[in-house]
Amino acid sequence: MEAYILHLSIMAGIYIILTVSLNLIIGYAGQVSLGHAAFFGLGAYVSALTSLNWGLPFPAALVLAMLFAGACGLGLGLPTLRLKEDYLAIVTLGFGVIVDLIMVNLTITGGPDGLVGIPAPVIFGLSFRPPVRYLALVLLTVGFTLLVVHRLVHSYHGRALRAIRDHEVTAQVMGVNTPAYKVMIFTLAAALAGAAGSLYAHYITFINPESFGLHTSILVLSMVILGGMGSLAGSVVGAMTLAVLPELLRRAQAYQDLIYGALLIVLLIWRPQGLLGGGKLSLKFLRKKE
Amino acid sequence: MSLLTVDSLTKHFGGVKALEEVTFEVEPGEILALIGPNGAGKTTCFNVINGLLPPTAGRVFLDGVDLLDLPPYHRARLGLARTFQNIQLFGGMSVLENVLTGRHLGLPVGPLAALWPGAGVRRAEAHARRQALDLLDLVGLADKEEWPAESLAYGERRRLEIARALAQEPRLLLLDEPAAGLNPRETEDLMELLARVRERDLTLLVIEHDMSLVMGLSHRIVVLDQGCLIAQGAPAIIRRHPRVIEAYLGREEEEEESEEGRDGSLDSSPIQ
Ligand SMILES: Nc1ncnc2c1ncn2[C@@H]1O[C@H](COP(=O)(O)OP(=O)(O)O)[C@@H](O)[C@H]1O
Ligand SMILES: [Mg+2]
Repeated sequence: MEAYILHLSIMAGIYIILTVSLNLIIGYAGQVSLGHAAFFGLGAYVSALTSLNWGLPFPAALVLAMLFAGACGLGLGLPTLRLKEDYLAIVTLGFGVIVDLIMVNLTITGGPDGLVGIPAPVIFGLSFRPPVRYLALVLLTVGFTLLVVHRLVHSYHGRALRAIRDHEVTAQVMGVNTPAYKVMIFTLAAALAGAAGSLYAHYITFINPESFGLHTSILVLSMVILGGMGSLAGSVVGAMTLAVLPELLRRAQAYQDLIYGALLIVLLIWRPQGLLGGGKLSLKFLRKKE
Repeated sequence: MSLLTVDSLTKHFGGVKALEEVTFEVEPGEILALIGPNGAGKTTCFNVINGLLPPTAGRVFLDGVDLLDLPPYHRARLGLARTFQNIQLFGGMSVLENVLTGRHLGLPVGPLAALWPGAGVRRAEAHARRQALDLLDLVGLADKEEWPAESLAYGERRRLEIARALAQEPRLLLLDEPAAGLNPRETEDLMELLARVRERDLTLLVIEHDMSLVMGLSHRIVVLDQGCLIAQGAPAIIRRHPRVIEAYLGREEEEEESEEGRDGSLDSSPIQ
């Protein structure tokens, strides 16, 4: 039982990092991303491959995973962030599908079977295989993520982001370099998702493309919406709730998805701004721009 | 040298000729009014100067710098600020935060400055806050700094938007119908505010329908009609200019026929 709770806590921690990073894009900068799990997967694979093939120690693999995922975020962001929301939704969705296809089809990634035997982290001779220690490692990363994001969004950069979200054109008129900000947020969010991927890979020790597909992107998106757009505390609550809820519903077996979906719908009718959020999900991108 | 040069500016929207070879200059320190009937192309002129719309042809120079290929945020850095005809505040922010957003350019660049704000960054933020509070004082909103911008009354929103633009410390401020929707008392307050603003070493380009404000405040007037510049000069000259009178009176007759002069912002006797 205790082991089970530890496992849930570790997974919840990883989801918190993912949710907070996606919230940066959606909730703070007001952009759309439907492919966030791709960065999660890129981080997981880079970390696993550099550990398995090059024997890199965990900290180095983690940093490489963040850099690689961040670089992909930058690469995706540079050409696409000039696009309007509706195109951005499609491009990020497409990016998720492409990354998924690459992971399934490359030999180096192990194809659909993925990679096995990913080593548990060892830092300064201390093994993090015991779940209690792994949880500590995850919580440390969660704390670091929250600190960085909190500082960022509560600085004048956060104000610039909210200006972009509220009124992009007016923000530009105020001198806010909106493309630079959007690219920066995409890069940071991708790097953080890459860190989550690294933590996931070295914890589960075997990965395959299934964990990083569209359904994971949607799950993380649900966590952001449930907790509240633009709320850090909301992201923590949203991620924990949706990480644990399916487990609680496991007994209901066949009805699990049904109950889960119904709960989400009820919540969004009751509190469209999410549990702790201030703003509603921007569905601007579904509307035609005038 | 003039501060702003608008050179043969042309903007077409499909078949609509919103601007047609418009040329004028704004001298440093002056208040230039841009007037003309609704649909004359005034706001379009601002949007092109500002970089929100690309021109079909023609050029815009700010202090000799060609603005053509610069995005709006770059033009802001060169000293261009504006307000909008349909007020554009950041609704989710407080009154103070709106003004602080105008101070954005005055704050250090780079994300690292925010992640590990050193003494320099904190000083800059504190300074920006003091400046923003001073500006709120100037426009008479000092007691409402914490209010959500959305909750302000209409006239207060207009003043907040002006404070936010002033926070940019621009060299040239473009005001798009600042008196629209204001009652006569508020309009008088606005005139007083603009007179005080002028002392800040600022050049103003103002679109306005309220003729008392235009005649009382501006040094020179540029008149647009159907995208064409039909007259420019001192208020006393524009007041008697036959083409201007024709443009406005023609417009008025049409309106009386169609909608009983619904446009209240156009003074009943604008040329008087
Ligand atoms: N974005 C746009 N797209 C198409 N037509 C426009 C656009 N903006 C303005 N126009 C047209 O250009 C003309 C001038 O409009 P505008 O500059 O708003 O006039 P003014 O501010 O003098 O009242 C009008 O006929 C208007 O319908
Ligand atoms: Mg207009």
